[in-house]
Amino acid sequence: MRPYTYAAPGTVREALALAGDGSAYLAGGTTLVDLVKLEVMTPEHVLDITRLPLRGVAVRDGALRIGALERMADVAEHPLVAGPYPVLAEALLRSASPQIRNMATIGGNLLQRTRCGYFRDTASACNKRVPGSGCPALTGENRMHAILGTSDACAATHPSDLAVALVALDASVHLASRDGERSVKLADFYLLPGGTPEKENALRPGELITSVSVPALAWAERSTYVKVRDRSSYEFALTSAAVALDLRDGVVRAARVAAGGVGTRPWRLPAVEAALTGAPAREDAFEAAAAKAADGARPLAHNAFKPELLRRTVVRALLELAGRS
Amino acid sequence: MEQASEPERGVSRRGFLATSAAAAALAAGTAGAPSPAAAATAGPARAGASVVRVTLRVNGRERTLSLDPRVTLLDALRERLDLTGTKKGCDRGQCGACTVHVEGRRVLSCLTLAAGLDGKAVTTVEGLARGDELHPVQRAFLECDGLQCGFCTPGQIMSAVALIREGHAGSEEEIREFMSGNICRCGAYPGIVAAVKAAGERG
Ligand SMILES: Cc1cc2nc3c(=O)[nH]c(=O)nc-3n(C[C@H](O)[C@H](O)[C@H](O)COP(=O)(O)OP(=O)(O)OC[C@H]3O[C@@H](n4cnc5c(N)ncnc54)[C@H](O)[C@@H]3O)c2cc1C
Ligand code: SF4
Ligand code: FES
Ligand code: FES
Repeated sequence: MRPYTYAAPGTVREALALAGDGSAYLAGGTTLVDLVKLEVMTPEHVLDITRLPLRGVAVRDGALRIGALERMADVAEHPLVAGPYPVLAEALLRSASPQIRNMATIGGNLLQRTRCGYFRDTASACNKRVPGSGCPALTGENRMHAILGTSDACAATHPSDLAVALVALDASVHLASRDGERSVKLADFYLLPGGTPEKENALRPGELITSVSVPALAWAERSTYVKVRDRSSYEFALTSAAVALDLRDGVVRAARVAAGGVGTRPWRLPAVEAALTGAPAREDAFEAAAAKAADGARPLAHNAFKPELLRRTVVRALLELAGRS
Repeated sequence: MEQASEPERGVSRRGFLATSAAAAALAAGTAGAPSPAAAATAGPARAGASVVRVTLRVNGRERTLSLDPRVTLLDALRERLDLTGTKKGCDRGQCGACTVHVEGRRVLSCLTLAAGLDGKAVTTVEGLARGDELHPVQRAFLECDGLQCGFCTPGQIMSAVALIREGHAGSEEEIREFMSGNICRCGAYPGIVAAVKAAGERG
């Protein structure tokens, strides 16, 4: 592990002032400490932001707002989340382990790095870690990798479950830097790898995530997060589906569908949403809509099972929601 | 409350070498030894400290340490405070062997930097028993054969104590889900689930 200095600023202004070349923010540490030990990340200054007042779960002007430093476990059990947005609570509870959820923050979760084994191994080439060094995953071990949004430079999956649920709900991230504050739709926040997989999101150097907001969506009460994985718990998704349904008189009035485990970023499925809108809440209609889930997929040698698994994951989520009273 | 501040030990050459050896064991590269003055003045809220002084309450006892900011809570417990009950399995957040409580919440000590814990209360498996009287969860693990080699057991027990307090011991299914952060290579899971269930029912 490389040496670094440590500071724990008490205010956002102080944190932004201390941030600079070679600095990294530390929240729950469950990604950062891991990657610093592996020397995948080599900050010279670690800025512990856990004392910043970026807390709180509240509804403001109808929108749910979650402070960036709220812990995953607390958000999952919060009454303003668990009741109105089951998809968020379920995505959180199906992430990582209880210990990690007690540590990890919402902001850190959205910025966690890919679990691609080559990325985590400094002895390997990896375009994301060392731009231009190559991507051994494309011809090597790629069972867990993405089938959507990949490029010739990188096919790493975005690992966050929460991000998939938030993208389905049209969430935004709120950011602060020395230049001021701004908000970005989470769907636009994440970048496709293209030829620059090292650039994963729209965050500017030194910028902080201060909170996340979710616009009001009354029918999100009927929502769920289905996650398919190799173990029944404590494992990343092979495929996952975040789905919300506006269901009235046996007809789908509107739907939100996003997929995880398959994309280089959280993957919204507008074609599936459009096919569901106006359709009867029946298995055959669900199957017809889910048939579009993997449109455009480019499977690799070891993950050719993912398109079909994704379609079935979406159908399962839809059936589960239609079965709820 | 017993006061066991140990600033001298913290900045002594011997103490520091033990710390940096722990950090260096994870990777090559040893930090230069800090001057005692730096160790004495660098507080956690100061920008750019390369030695951080923290006071923790470990199992009810105040301990003050001067640490390289790379030192994890796990290494601080094992290498500096001689509390070796907390185990290092993967050191990567993947096994749960290092589970301890910080401010009553179960966390992974291998991914927690000790530098951030100034003023916090830490409970390890050594802090559960009252003298010779085992904690009810410890007793249940013995009675239900909740272990084989025992390596994962301190982490399992710390997780189980928290799980019961969180109210997640409602059914075997719930126990399995909320114990999933603790891996047992011996596969002692049936005994572990039985122990958590038994301890949960006793309250
Ligand atoms: C064994 C294991 C299993 C896991 N399984 C899952 C899983 O199934 N699903 C899942 O979704 N996740 C999983 N995770 C990932 C985990 O959820 C993330 O590591 C965690 O959410 C990161 O949050 P943190 O607060 O610990 O971030 P940190 O590690 O503190 O930070 C992560 C990154 O974000 C930056 N950062 C943090 N907060 C801010 C902020 N407010 N503003 C700007 N930058 C910031 C840091 O500089 C760092 O680069 C797993 C992790 C482990 C170790
Ligand atoms: S898939 Fe992306 S992260 Fe993995 S080795 Fe290739 S470039 Fe690196
Ligand atoms: S040693 Fe901490 S999780 Fe394995
Ligand atoms: S008892 Fe041996 S690892 Fe669990």
